[in-house]
Amino acid sequence: MELVNKKPSSLVDIKMHYCPGCGHGIVHRLIAEVMDELGIRERTVGVAPVGCAVFSDDYFNCDMIQGPHGRGPAIATGIKRSQPGCIVFSYQGDGDLASIGMAETVHSAARSENISIIFINNAIYGMTGGQMAPTTLIGQPATTCPKGRDPKVNGYPIKVCELLSQLDGARFLERTSVSTAQGVIKTKKAIKKAFQNQIEGKGFSLVEILSMCPTNWGVTPLQGLKFVDEKMMPLYPLGVFRSPEQEGGQK
Amino acid sequence: MGEKILMKGNEALAEGAVLAGCRFFSGYPITPQNEVPEYMSWRLPEAGGTFIQAESEVSAINMIYGAAATGIRTMTSSSSPGISLKQEGISYCAGADLPIFFANVVRGGPGLGNIAASQGDYNQSVKGGGHGDYHTIVLAPNSVDEMGNFPKKCYELAEKYRMPSMILADGILGQMMEPVEFKFQPVDPKSLKKPEWSLGSAEGRKKRIVRSYDLREGELEKLNWIRAKKFKEIEDKEVLFEEKNINDAQLVLVAYGTSSRIAAAAMKMARDKGMKVGLFRPITLWPFPKKQLAKMAQRVKNFLVVEMSQGQFVDDVRLAINGTAEIDLYARPSGIPNGEEVFAVVDKLYQSIKPAIAAKKAEKSKPAKKAKAPKKAKPTKKLKPVKKFQPVKKKTTKIKTAKKSTKKGGRR
Repeated sequence: MELVNKKPSSLVDIKMHYCPGCGHGIVHRLIAEVMDELGIRERTVGVAPVGCAVFSDDYFNCDMIQGPHGRGPAIATGIKRSQPGCIVFSYQGDGDLASIGMAETVHSAARSENISIIFINNAIYGMTGGQMAPTTLIGQPATTCPKGRDPKVNGYPIKVCELLSQLDGARFLERTSVSTAQGVIKTKKAIKKAFQNQIEGKGFSLVEILSMCPTNWGVTPLQGLKFVDEKMMPLYPLGVFRSPEQEGGQK
Repeated sequence: MGEKILMKGNEALAEGAVLAGCRFFSGYPITPQNEVPEYMSWRLPEAGGTFIQAESEVSAINMIYGAAATGIRTMTSSSSPGISLKQEGISYCAGADLPIFFANVVRGGPGLGNIAASQGDYNQSVKGGGHGDYHTIVLAPNSVDEMGNFPKKCYELAEKYRMPSMILADGILGQMMEPVEFKFQPVDPKSLKKPEWSLGSAEGRKKRIVRSYDLREGELEKLNWIRAKKFKEIEDKEVLFEEKNINDAQLVLVAYGTSSRIAAAAMKMARDKGMKVGLFRPITLWPFPKKQLAKMAQRVKNFLVVEMSQGQFVDDVRLAINGTAEIDLYARPSGIPNGEEVFAVVDKLYQSIKPAIAAKKAEKSKPAKKAKAPKKAKPTKKLKPVKKFQPVKKKTTKIKTAKKSTKKGGRR
């Protein structure tokens, strides 16, 4: 019998720790497929974050480094600048990238570091148990805003792609989702573009992926998919915000 | 090299690192170390390396974390508040067993403090600095020449033991100009062997992971015991120190860095007046020359610690001597003494211990008698714990005068 679909060689064949209905596993696989297809596994270095994806240093079958919360882009900068032949990606969640690490995010984009950032936006802190994230929706409950995010107390959610699109150094910005099959296919394309840009030396690329966290949202996996489509997408519209083809332009 | 060049301490530090094979620097401006990033910004590209002005000290140290993980020689530098910001990243490097090198050109503190020299970051440097159970190898230069020659030593020690190493300087050492002679052949980074843990270019080998965590039951403790063993080995093998006029000394000044230069001036004044005063200067602050001091304290019974901090360094001297000799302290927390001021303290102390020295001499020439006991009690009384803090009082008045003069100059 012919094997038509198998685990990408860029993923280590071990069990992942992610919860049922979580989006991390899907995105891990997409990154691994892209590494396989581009044939870059052996020269790729991934930066694992603090948060649920901290153990991704075990999952990706390429050289990995795990660093302090929010500092992925700085670590990626250090690797890329000292080993320009390497393909460097930083995998980050919303608390990591848009809260504690916002300075690193903005400045690596401003410098147009030739790196690829994969940004998982699930509007919540997962690993620490469901606290409010910078991307938590208005009215969405979290353990640190149990009655729901109140803008008077907690401020407003941060739209990362829109924010970064103001920077000339941000060459490729796209927001996708992994809540539908179509979204997964589009996400893979965006990730591939982000890596391709780096191979071609085009500068800073970031893919923001709307993803599910049923555990900390307190919903079932199926309801999680719906939450992304119905609640998150109106605030975080999908699409390309910047691309190297429309140099300097904005969507 | 072999020729003497007149350089600023900060520039010598930067050039010394480049000559020692550094090819990556990331940093953030802060006085009084700005000459380091300024120098690196043109010098590193010239040498085929990378210079990045980071958006913060936090980012700078994490760029170092990434670059060092690829197995190259890197450097970052800062001054006190900036070093505090880097501590999380330094702890990660310690946790990931990465050899990194950084310099702290210390300024006054706490807080924003001032921009003059201080030794207030002693404890932060030698007791860990960041969170967790680790040490940093700390070298304390006392001249521009050593600023230029110590980076190479730091790289070698950091790489040998896979841990952070640092140079603890201060605003005076960073800013003053002196001749420097780089006493080593420039290191070609290509001649350095890529370590077996370095990231990037994984062709034909298994993936590697650089990380500072291990959640598996019992594993972190095992790792920390391995590190503890390594630290012990460093304390046994890598201690560096300098002694001056120790052989016949009755009073030994103990000081490091800039303080040791000032103490040396005071020692010379004392020697000119016939006082038997010596100087012991730790060069490695961690590992601390414990054994050397303990051995010296078998013969020398009076020590005077001179430090530009409230009394941090003196604690390590006390631990080393462990009650076997009297230790006095002349402390100037973020104040800079001159040789005359230190000499005045030396003079007073020396006069007070003279009877004990004479008694000792007499004791040596005569067979042991019970009568010597009351004689010995005299100096002990004088230096009993409560009175030991007298120099602190002295120093308070001195600070006041120092403060006045700074106020005239205005605050920055």
